[in-house]
Amino acid sequence: MNIPADLKYSKDHEWVKIEGDIAIVGITDFAQSELGDIVYVEVDTVDETLDKEEVFGTVEAVKTVSDLFMPISGEIVEFNETLEEEPELVNSDAYGNGWMVKIKFSDASEVEDLLTPEAYKELIGA
Amino acid sequence: MKNTALYDTHVELNAKMVPFAGYNMPVQYEGVTIEHQTVREGVGVFDVSHMGEFLVSGPNALELIQKISSNDATKLTIGKAQYACMPNENGGIVDDLIIYQIKEEQYLLVVNASNIEKDWNWISAHNTMNADMRNISEEYSLLAIQGPKAVEAMQSLTSTDLSAIKYYHFEVNDFAGIEHVIISATGYTGSGGFEIYCKNTEVKQVWDKVMEAGASFGIKPIGLAARDTLRLEMGFCLYGNDINDETSPIEAGLGWITKFTKDFINSENLKAQKENGVTKKLVGFKMNEKAIPRHGYEILDTEGKTIGEVTSGTMSPSLGIGIGLGYVTIANSNIDTQIQIQIRKKQIPATVVKLPFYSNK
Repeated sequence: MNIPADLKYSKDHEWVKIEGDIAIVGITDFAQSELGDIVYVEVDTVDETLDKEEVFGTVEAVKTVSDLFMPISGEIVEFNETLEEEPELVNSDAYGNGWMVKIKFSDASEVEDLLTPEAYKELIGA
Repeated sequence: MKNTALYDTHVELNAKMVPFAGYNMPVQYEGVTIEHQTVREGVGVFDVSHMGEFLVSGPNALELIQKISSNDATKLTIGKAQYACMPNENGGIVDDLIIYQIKEEQYLLVVNASNIEKDWNWISAHNTMNADMRNISEEYSLLAIQGPKAVEAMQSLTSTDLSAIKYYHFEVNDFAGIEHVIISATGYTGSGGFEIYCKNTEVKQVWDKVMEAGASFGIKPIGLAARDTLRLEMGFCLYGNDINDETSPIEAGLGWITKFTKDFINSENLKAQKENGVTKKLVGFKMNEKAIPRHGYEILDTEGKTIGEVTSGTMSPSLGIGIGLGYVTIANSNIDTQIQIQIRKKQIPATVVKLPFYSNK
């Protein structure tokens, strides 16, 4: 299971990459493999400010549907619109072109609370 | 949790294993979409050994089957199979099953894995005529070899002319070097092919030879996820979703296997339902927009009034749209009726369509 060392993780199987005051968020390799073939990523919350653990969108795989949770509080400033046409990027490139949203985060201390790669690895028993 | 005799094989093939009906079963190997396409266009093999098998024999076997089955087993001859359901006394369905006539006074009943114990108890309780019953579920394995290339790919494994076996017919013959295998032209995919019944001790050899013979045809192992999308595209009912202890066979569109040419459990009430009409019906529907219906979602009319519930739903890999089955009020059950599906906070328009959703060209 691929768990890049330079990212932070949430217990809801999201990865977070911090760039200044922006957090880029996607789902982990483990999450995409559990979901199977992803067919839609629905995010209707662009420009909304949401709290940590609130639902910001939904990912639909052929066989199942799963909510997407805010790993940290903040404003959704961008959705990766490429996923509207190519949702399969979440399966094939979960940590790259399969990113989902950019969040302008409001509380830097929440970043500290995210899981380290080691802690996430332990969480999924990899 | 039980394993099928092919558990190690699935693990070696890197299958994702999930608990299903008391068994560790392969839900997918490579991915549901590619596996689905493989069965639609080529050939794939499923281990469905979790299914239950009962052997009913003796001079009273037919009488017992006629009592529990909605279909008319006197239409069976040796080498023929019949789809049926077992109605309960309260208007619902105990299980759906396939009945094979193996020889004079001997029938094989193939039932859903999740219902083995319930079905066994049900049939035993109605066996007042003392037919001989044996539960051979733990001794027998079942492989489904499905797809338009199944006949050609498997022909080298048997002396039976596979192209000559008609749909819902079977032969007992040699297959993959094993004698007395049931080779049945049945399946749950709508893409043609066979189901192979053999002993647990033989199934590894059969699997290996099937994979070997199918290699040049691009055969792949197929998991339960694709089994579900394949059956749903055909509009085939799944017990536990679309039919259950409370759904009527008439409401479920199973009137064609409910024959009032004989008496069976609850036949009088079901006959009255058929004559007087039912208040709801199982229909197929397609989403008009990009959205996927799922089991349990509410179905609404165009005014927003609740008219039913989704019993099965998925993204159709063949059609690229969301499809589903669900019960709706009779007034909303005609083909082309516009309905809506409540998906999270939105009401998404859908259309009632004729089944199957998909048909082979």
